[in-house]
Amino acid sequence: MFVLVEMTDTVRIPPWQFERKLNESIAEELNKKLANKVVYNVGLCICLYDITKLEDSYIFPGDGASHTKVHFRYVVFHPFLDEILIGQIKSCSQDGVHVSIGFFDDIVIPPESLQQPAKFDEAEQVWVWEYETEEGAHDLYMDIGEEIRFRVVDETFVDTSPTGPSSAEASTSSATEEVQKKEAPYTLVGSISEPGLGLLSWWTNS
Amino acid sequence: MEVKDANAALLSNFEVFQLLTDLKQQRKESGKNKQSSGQQNLNTIMYETLKYISKTPCRYQSPETVRDFLIAMKGHKLTKAEKLQLLNHRPVTAVEIQLMVEESEERLTEEQIESLLQTVTSILPGDPEEQQRDSEMATEDKGDQA
Repeated sequence: MFVLVEMTDTVRIPPWQFERKLNESIAEELNKKLANKVVYNVGLCICLYDITKLEDSYIFPGDGASHTKVHFRYVVFHPFLDEILIGQIKSCSQDGVHVSIGFFDDIVIPPESLQQPAKFDEAEQVWVWEYETEEGAHDLYMDIGEEIRFRVVDETFVDTSPTGPSSAEASTSSATEEVQKKEAPYTLVGSISEPGLGLLSWWTNS
Repeated sequence: MEVKDANAALLSNFEVFQLLTDLKQQRKESGKNKQSSGQQNLNTIMYETLKYISKTPCRYQSPETVRDFLIAMKGHKLTKAEKLQLLNHRPVTAVEIQLMVEESEERLTEEQIESLLQTVTSILPGDPEEQQRDSEMATEDKGDQA
């Protein structure tokens, strides 16, 4: 679920923090910059693992702060393809079941990856697995808050950095653009169409 | 900012759990004189991640159990990713093993799956309450037989 990513960056320490140990100031600045943020094509950054190398600190003319190039390793949430994860059902909609892991919410299981046959119950707004045995069909509801085991089948990174003034030409449609731009920077697509996947309560022996 | 290696190493849930609890301890000890505005993101992600990881089997693990587990797994010829998943999830049924091990029907016989389950449940500690309940039920059965 978690990987270690090696990165380098130049950290700026303002003069009023010079009395603190350099390592501490740098660790704090890096966490301030990266914790709980998604880095494009890398994943959701959790926290600093360690600092591997500190290069010399420079002070540039016009700015009293010191700039230090740092080589460090960061703990990042980035599940590999086909990994099994356990999460909680956050909500159900026509586009599928939305699952959350607490610190990461943008996981969706599309209708075609649910255990088949499945139907969407409009009245309760939940997806239902119509499980058939010799006795007849059982309706297994996927209620909100239930723990669900799923397999990661796809991931999407969206570059949400600002596009700049060139997009100001479409100013008349800017209202709709703003509504569309609420895309999550990192989304996972899951699947529960295999034996063993789905609500934990469906597969427990006791 | 530059990313040198986006996949330098895989971390088990237990390692992240240890790291976050140590970090939390450190921050508590160093006092609350830091500007909280910048630290809010770190606090949020640490809290949520710890909350999630504390519900997984890794909260009962220790460095020794992880090491013993990896040594025991050497004989089963599994890939790193498969061993990591077994370590993080502690499967107790054959169905779960089939999910985590690719092509398990071709690579492992039923006895091998059984022995794998045995290794996992004996080396990796599970929920102590559940284990007590299981052992109580087992002694009850033995009582009936005798």
